[in-house]
Amino acid sequence: MLNLDYSAIFLLHALENGSQLLDSSSMLRESPPALACSPLGRGKPGFRGRIDRIHAHGSESGLSPDELERRLIELGFVEGASVEILHEGIIGRDPIAVRVDSATIALRRREAMAILVV
Amino acid sequence: MSAITGAGACHCALVGTPNSGKTALFNALTGSRQKVANYPGVTVERKAGVVNTPGGFCLRLVDLPGTYSLRARSPDEEITRDVVLGKLASETPPDFLVCVADATNLRLALRLVLELKRVGRPLMLVLNMMDIAKRRGIEIDTAKLSQLLGVPVTTAISVRKGGIDDVIAELDRMAPGGSGGAQNSWAVPGATELRADQREADRIIRVTVKLPAEPDTLTARLDAVLLHPVAGLAILFVILFVMFQAVFTWAQPLMELIGDGFDVLGTLAHNALPAGLLQSFIQNGVIGGVGSVVVFLPQILILFLFILLLEDLGYMARAAFLMDKIMGGAGLHGRAFIPLLSSFACAIPGIMSTRVIDNKKDRLTTILVAPLMTCSARIPVYTLIIAAFIPPTTVGGAFSLQGLVMFGLYGAGIVSALAVSAAAKFFFWRREMSPPFMLELPDYKLPQLKSVGLGLFNRGKAFLTRAGTTIFSMMVLIWFLASFPRPPAGAAGPGINYSLAAMLGRIIHPVLEPLGFNWQISIALIPGMAAREVAVAALGTVYSISGGNAESAIGHLLAGQWSLATALSFLAWYIFAPQCASTLAVIRRETGSSKWMWVTFGYMLALAYVAAFATYHIAVALGAG
Repeated sequence: MLNLDYSAIFLLHALENGSQLLDSSSMLRESPPALACSPLGRGKPGFRGRIDRIHAHGSESGLSPDELERRLIELGFVEGASVEILHEGIIGRDPIAVRVDSATIALRRREAMAILVV
Repeated sequence: MSAITGAGACHCALVGTPNSGKTALFNALTGSRQKVANYPGVTVERKAGVVNTPGGFCLRLVDLPGTYSLRARSPDEEITRDVVLGKLASETPPDFLVCVADATNLRLALRLVLELKRVGRPLMLVLNMMDIAKRRGIEIDTAKLSQLLGVPVTTAISVRKGGIDDVIAELDRMAPGGSGGAQNSWAVPGATELRADQREADRIIRVTVKLPAEPDTLTARLDAVLLHPVAGLAILFVILFVMFQAVFTWAQPLMELIGDGFDVLGTLAHNALPAGLLQSFIQNGVIGGVGSVVVFLPQILILFLFILLLEDLGYMARAAFLMDKIMGGAGLHGRAFIPLLSSFACAIPGIMSTRVIDNKKDRLTTILVAPLMTCSARIPVYTLIIAAFIPPTTVGGAFSLQGLVMFGLYGAGIVSALAVSAAAKFFFWRREMSPPFMLELPDYKLPQLKSVGLGLFNRGKAFLTRAGTTIFSMMVLIWFLASFPRPPAGAAGPGINYSLAAMLGRIIHPVLEPLGFNWQISIALIPGMAAREVAVAALGTVYSISGGNAESAIGHLLAGQWSLATALSFLAWYIFAPQCASTLAVIRRETGSSKWMWVTFGYMLALAYVAAFATYHIAVALGAG
């Protein structure tokens, strides 16, 4: 009886998180699989996922965290949007070209660190 | 809102995100009935035109700078915000707004529409580039979109004849006004508001837009090559090289043609008028002055042809992407590479093309250092002095010494431009953080030739009327200094020695003497202020040499009269000295005030003095005096 309960719970859990796990493991190249969120600024070309949240610290760029957040939203980086890194620059792998839903945006990795992707 | 009768004028403003094809729509609506000027007090361009609707309305349309939100982050966007809100004193508040969106990329545009609704002015949405949307298989339910947004929605194909009929019909319906006016409830949106708007926009898109099963991949496939770390950069350099060749070499025959044309005009005037002051004024002052303006047109038009084509293609954004790190390392903005590259041909089209840089401080820095890039007008002076003073020996068995010196002079120009740029950033604008590099890479599109042609026409016109008037007046002034007062009858020596220019030259001579300059140089530098290549002719005039083979004769004379130290000092002076009235005039026009023109004049003069001083005394110490 106990075993059945456990397996049912495990099955439910797996079904809930299964798709997420699959996504995470296919896109995480540098972080251990335990992390669900990864900053866009660390991804390589081919990195893809959905935006979980925007979290600007203020150390990313010369802008205040609030200003950076607003500019990112204005360019379409909102929670739920799908992102994919398409290209990177030749020097220092900066800047990156990112597809955000239907548009393509170029930005520097340090600003992209504020975009947490899942 | 103003009361509109059938024959009344109505003001409306075009807003939209960048890359929405707003300009193409504006061109299609207004055709050649457009006027380009500046908003008072700022260097933002004001594009206005007139649309006559079948319903008898005369609409005054203003094309506002593209923006993602009314929250202004640059001078351009401030103008858009202020005009939309009706807060710009010099501008009649618009009676209604026309928001233009790219039908293939609606997310950001619809969020802007939701924001614009709060302003309270009547608003209509135009879905542009419908032909591309249809070709890709994108289906938009415009009726439902209009219902959900609460604004009229029309479609447009700006590049096709008849493609804007729906828009004009809608304009007819909007013009009478009286409907939809509401209180302005717009406030600067915070992050939460922006998010909410975007979510709402995405929700509306999900319901009204049907995307094709297979998305279009042309842009992605092209970018795989054009943004490739190695191939992309190589292709960019090829394009830049071709552009540079075009401005530097291909413009030459046209410039010579124009130059010859004006010479012919001058000779006609010379023959038609009795000898005297009037003849000199018409021939050298007026015709020479106008000619010196018009001769820049081929270079300016060719450069802007490339810029407009690349911009409309969508490639400029890619070029900025590839160059960002390289330019950033030198303290310059990514988009400064085209202006600085063009300055190798001539700083004037280079300075005019700094418009592509949005950040004001970066644009100003680029404008200030552009004159340091070794322009083609310096070449006759360099060639003359090098041929006369540098022995034609080889160094290391392979490199000609003369070639090395020329290369060194070129290098000095580039290095000084980068150094001054870095210094300006360090001293004046250190506290200002460089703005983030966040740029939309639009889909690749075929440029519309009519739009490009119109853009070129506007640029040429702007140059002739704005910069041209200033250049012309400076040229007349310099002519005046060089020919007035006339030499007394039977006077010995060249006529210029009796002119105001000579008096000025003699006054400044004590200051230039420590540089090793003799009085002939001091005098020649005054008319030499007109343009750099004029120095050769001016030296000829002062030394009384004229006629066909003047240049080699001048060279020989100088080799006999000047010391090597003086010649080297003269070269060093020429690397930096602001000997170009036209460049100063264009700086004044492009920055909107005389302040930066004087700053440029001052710092270049200072650099020239220090460089010439150092060169002369080092050369003398090494025995070349």
